[in-house]
Amino acid sequence: MSEKIHLDHDHAHHLMKAMLRIRRFEEKCAELYSGGKIRGFLHLYIGEEAVAVGVMEAIGPQDTVVATYREHGQALARGVPMTAVMAEMYGKVEGCCRGRGGSMHIFDRERQFLGGNAIVAGGLPVAVGLAMAHKQLGRNAIAVCFFGDGAVAEGEFHESMNLASLWDLPVLFVCENNLYAMGSAIERVQAEPELHKKAAGYAMVAERVDGMDVIAVEAAARRAAETVRTSGKPYFLECRTYRFRAHSMFDPELYREKAEVEVHRQRDPLTVFPAFMKECHLANDDDIARFEDEVARELDEAVAFAEAGHWEPIADLARDLYRRETL
Amino acid sequence: MNERRITYREALREGLLEALRTDERVLLIGEDVGRYGGTYAVSKGFFDMFGADRIRDAPLSESGFVGAGIGAAIGGLRPIVEIMTVNFSLLALDQIVNNAATLLHMSGGQYNVPVVIRMTTGAGRQLAAQHSHSLEGWFAHIPGLRIVTPATLEDARGMLWTALDDPDPVLIFEHAMLLNREDAIDDEVGAVDLDHAVIRRPGRDVSLITYGGMLFKCLDAADILFNEGIDAEVLDLRSLRPLDESAIIASVRRTGRAVIVDEGWRSGSLAGEISARLMEQAFYDLACPVARVCTAEIPIPYPTHLEQAALPQIDDIVAACLEMFHDQ
Ligand SMILES: Cc1ncc(C[n+]2csc(CCOP(=O)(O)OP(=O)(O)O)c2C)c(N)n1
Repeated sequence: MSEKIHLDHDHAHHLMKAMLRIRRFEEKCAELYSGGKIRGFLHLYIGEEAVAVGVMEAIGPQDTVVATYREHGQALARGVPMTAVMAEMYGKVEGCCRGRGGSMHIFDRERQFLGGNAIVAGGLPVAVGLAMAHKQLGRNAIAVCFFGDGAVAEGEFHESMNLASLWDLPVLFVCENNLYAMGSAIERVQAEPELHKKAAGYAMVAERVDGMDVIAVEAAARRAAETVRTSGKPYFLECRTYRFRAHSMFDPELYREKAEVEVHRQRDPLTVFPAFMKECHLANDDDIARFEDEVARELDEAVAFAEAGHWEPIADLARDLYRRETL
Repeated sequence: MNERRITYREALREGLLEALRTDERVLLIGEDVGRYGGTYAVSKGFFDMFGADRIRDAPLSESGFVGAGIGAAIGGLRPIVEIMTVNFSLLALDQIVNNAATLLHMSGGQYNVPVVIRMTTGAGRQLAAQHSHSLEGWFAHIPGLRIVTPATLEDARGMLWTALDDPDPVLIFEHAMLLNREDAIDDEVGAVDLDHAVIRRPGRDVSLITYGGMLFKCLDAADILFNEGIDAEVLDLRSLRPLDESAIIASVRRTGRAVIVDEGWRSGSLAGEISARLMEQAFYDLACPVARVCTAEIPIPYPTHLEQAALPQIDDIVAACLEMFHDQ
């Protein structure tokens, strides 16, 4: 575990609980998916929790967050209520997007969260534009953009890196390198698998961090966000992580050995971090049990909320196609 | 009334200039809009007037800077993104179709995208296939976008204003062959309505339904037809999405005949859409089948005689109309 930030009792507990909320939420989603309550594509973030939690700790409420289709973790870490996220997964009108988006399209304007882009790399240019607006309107805000290693092969990634660097825009690029884009292992699809090196080629600071270590991620993200805020320039943070589950619920996972997954499971932030806390006397078994209870209660509430939610009337089908007509 | 004679290019320029002067949040983004002065010289001199932040020269990265315009619009600016020609907009289709058109709906009404995207369209300058296409009909297929096609000077100047006031993404298609066209403009005319088609020439016998670069060919055709004893009405659609369906139906109900003149290719075209709507709603008002005058189904060729042969011409429009009466 990295020791770079001062970790007090409360903060450690907070990080632990934030990761646990994501883990249990998603395990529940997988179960609900099998039960037919949640449909469509469902991409679980299990294994990658430390990235979302560490990065969100480092940014403020005025900053805007752009995410991908694997964004439940980021949404929860950002503070989007679990009830609203769960209702969205169900497709109920009480969901954070009135059920219009589902799992892949979670948005929450109040929390500056416009995640939920299912076009790989499609969010990067938007983050560049948001940063342009922050800068030009004199806001002390930065744009934070999450994307996977797969996005790095897309043209929009390169266009966005160039624009952000050329125009000195405050964007924190967070690459969640989980080593796979669906079934494509990084060495098989990237001529240069050291992704941070590509960013460095666009004349921006680029750094790599252990994405399974929540403290390391938070420390790096604090440093990065601060640099972006003060310099007004972009910064590239590559978080090395791993997803323990399949790409989506449809994926039979033929492209990697179970043994490989097991090796990475040794680095599971949800076992490594509690062990670390205990070792440093920051938490004991009772604390962990209490977190589990609290999360379980919150989750029950979220499921009950979603179950009790309503289907949007078909009469509202054409709603929110244009803003002007609804004004 | 204070009338002046200016070109379409100057009208576009005046609209832009006024927008930049009036609202600090307005900025122009595009390839060579700044130091070069704009590929079509529409923004010549703006760079010195407004500086690099508001007249933003973008690298060759259509998807990147169109997406940045979308993000900037969400973030509170009023970006006008210029794409050199519609052919290059294909590199930005992802941002236009998957982001600009969908975000409001997918976010349950939380994030609207008040971006304005301008681009030139159309053939006639011997630029061959990769610089001459008319793809506005494709964009008109997409719910969530507004598609407008200014043909007159008033529209060229005023549609930008209306587009900037619109909280939704608006794509403005400016026909390349109109840029040097000179005409009188009334200085009193400001923002124009984006939703309604306009009858540019009233007539009783046949409706010529058109937009953009084809408008003036239709007006010329109407003059020729008049001498032949046929009084043609010319309806300028102005907006391809939403389509002013009631204006189209009303005109055809009056005249009983419809010729749709569209520079797009006929297969899967906007002309096809209008024709279908006439079939659905005005079938019993029609004295004869709807006719379409569209571009030949080939990539636009370079040699002028072939290019002109591919495009809808005044003679083709006249012939399509005459045939309707001939058959009676
Ligand atoms: C432009 C585009 N191409 C293909 C897909 C299909 N697809 C969905 S996720 C995915 C892999 C993306 O991998 P990565 O960016 O590494 O993110 P991860 O799933 O690992 O979080 C692909 C190919 C897509 N959604 N968008």
